[in-house]
Amino acid sequence: MICQVCGKNEATVEFTEIIDDEVKQLHLCDGCAKEKGIEMEQHFSISDLLAGISGLDDKPSGEEPPLKCGKCGMTYTDFQKIGRLGCGECYDAFKKNLLPLLKRIHGSTRHIGKSPKEIDETDGKKKISEAQELRQQLQRAIDMEEFEEAARLRDRIRALEKKAKDKP
Amino acid sequence: MTLGELWGQTGEWLKGTGPDTDIIMSSRIRLARNLAKYPFPHWASAGQLEGIISDFEGAYKKTDYFKGALFLRIDELDSIEKQMLIERHLISREHIANPEHKAVLISEREIISIMVNEEDHLRIQVLQPGFNLHDTWKLADKIDEELEQNLEFAVSSDLGYLTCCPTNAGTGLRASCMAHLPALVMTKQAGRIIQAISKLGMTARGLFGEGTEAYGNFFQISNQVTLGHSEEEIVDSLERIMKQIIEQENTARNSVFANQRLLLEDRISRSLAELKSAKLISSEEALNLLSIIRLGVDLGIMKGPDRNMLNDLFIQIQPAHLQKKEGKRLSAEERDAVRAEFISKKFNIQPIL
Repeated sequence: MICQVCGKNEATVEFTEIIDDEVKQLHLCDGCAKEKGIEMEQHFSISDLLAGISGLDDKPSGEEPPLKCGKCGMTYTDFQKIGRLGCGECYDAFKKNLLPLLKRIHGSTRHIGKSPKEIDETDGKKKISEAQELRQQLQRAIDMEEFEEAARLRDRIRALEKKAKDKP
Repeated sequence: MTLGELWGQTGEWLKGTGPDTDIIMSSRIRLARNLAKYPFPHWASAGQLEGIISDFEGAYKKTDYFKGALFLRIDELDSIEKQMLIERHLISREHIANPEHKAVLISEREIISIMVNEEDHLRIQVLQPGFNLHDTWKLADKIDEELEQNLEFAVSSDLGYLTCCPTNAGTGLRASCMAHLPALVMTKQAGRIIQAISKLGMTARGLFGEGTEAYGNFFQISNQVTLGHSEEEIVDSLERIMKQIIEQENTARNSVFANQRLLLEDRISRSLAELKSAKLISSEEALNLLSIIRLGVDLGIMKGPDRNMLNDLFIQIQPAHLQKKEGKRLSAEERDAVRAEFISKKFNIQPIL
């Protein structure tokens, strides 16, 4: 069979293309298949897939301004478009939306495994307030569907907030 | 090492040594790492990308692993050389798409290669022959530790190593094995096994990685999930799955050998005849024929050629390697002719059967 794209060389590759639910079978030669391969990557890049699933978590946010990374300037909308983050700090800036996404990809939101030596010693890169730490744990518990733990954490946060309010 | 020496040698992972090397051609570990002070490559300025390259250059020279290594800027290579690095599994296709401000460090025997400014700032790869995942991981771990003494990596205490794409966050680790599974393909079991693998959080790809077909009955099997499991756990579970695949392939080989001996010998003889006398041969076709020869050697039906030569042929017959040998660009048909001649010479001098 002759290649259906260039019409010159012998077709060596059977190629299935799916565009908008339409399945097309093509017989291609070596060269045209390579070109198609590159096209295909652009069509079905992991970024598109990610952008697709990250959109699922996008609840209508009303008047809230879009999340933006203070360090590199990427917005969550940028990330949804390109499927790649701008810098390490983006993970923190987009935490609210990224944690459910990470959970969906990996089934977990907690790293287990090696870390650079210094991190082990100082336990994390920056000191954060107790309430912030608790809120992060709460988010994680919700992500992991550990609702009893979540309720316990919620009560501790409320108690802390009440204490802060009661202060003169 | 010079570029000329690199092209002249056979990479360590093609040597056909190491445990279970008849079925597992190579074991690979990849770690994704980023420097905390810069944006990820696609979001960084030209100046920042150059900063990343020079920070990395400073850091790798302080380690013990890269004596005699080759540090290459991708934009200084011609298009055939770039393609050759891909064919040797030293860089990815993505790495040459936009060659500006990109580099690669290659260790002397091609066991270690580090891409700079691919999707992440650093992609550390360790590639060894045979079924050797734990040792391969240990080496990657040590290189990572040494680099970390002079580079501050982007990490968080919750999410581990932070990567450009969230699919790599956590360990940043991708472990993979290149498996040659001709008997499972012959007995039509490969599809079923690949389905089962994907249910276990693993994925199977072709010889040249993402988006490529399983030519020559080669499958690259790797983990998908990088967050929530330790590096050892990831390596362990891939190892356990690969052990089962090896067992299944061996069972299929024995069954084909015992029950369809004549059919098998027929396929081997025909493959050999084609390799010896074809005048035009595509790389896919050649890989598929070479795969059958490899099986014949593994099963002792053929005496030679040895696995080292066969593995090396898999790379030497790729388009860019052929063009380098000829010293000029060739059209697809010219390549098929040169390839056929090259292979035919190799097989006509070998004492076979």
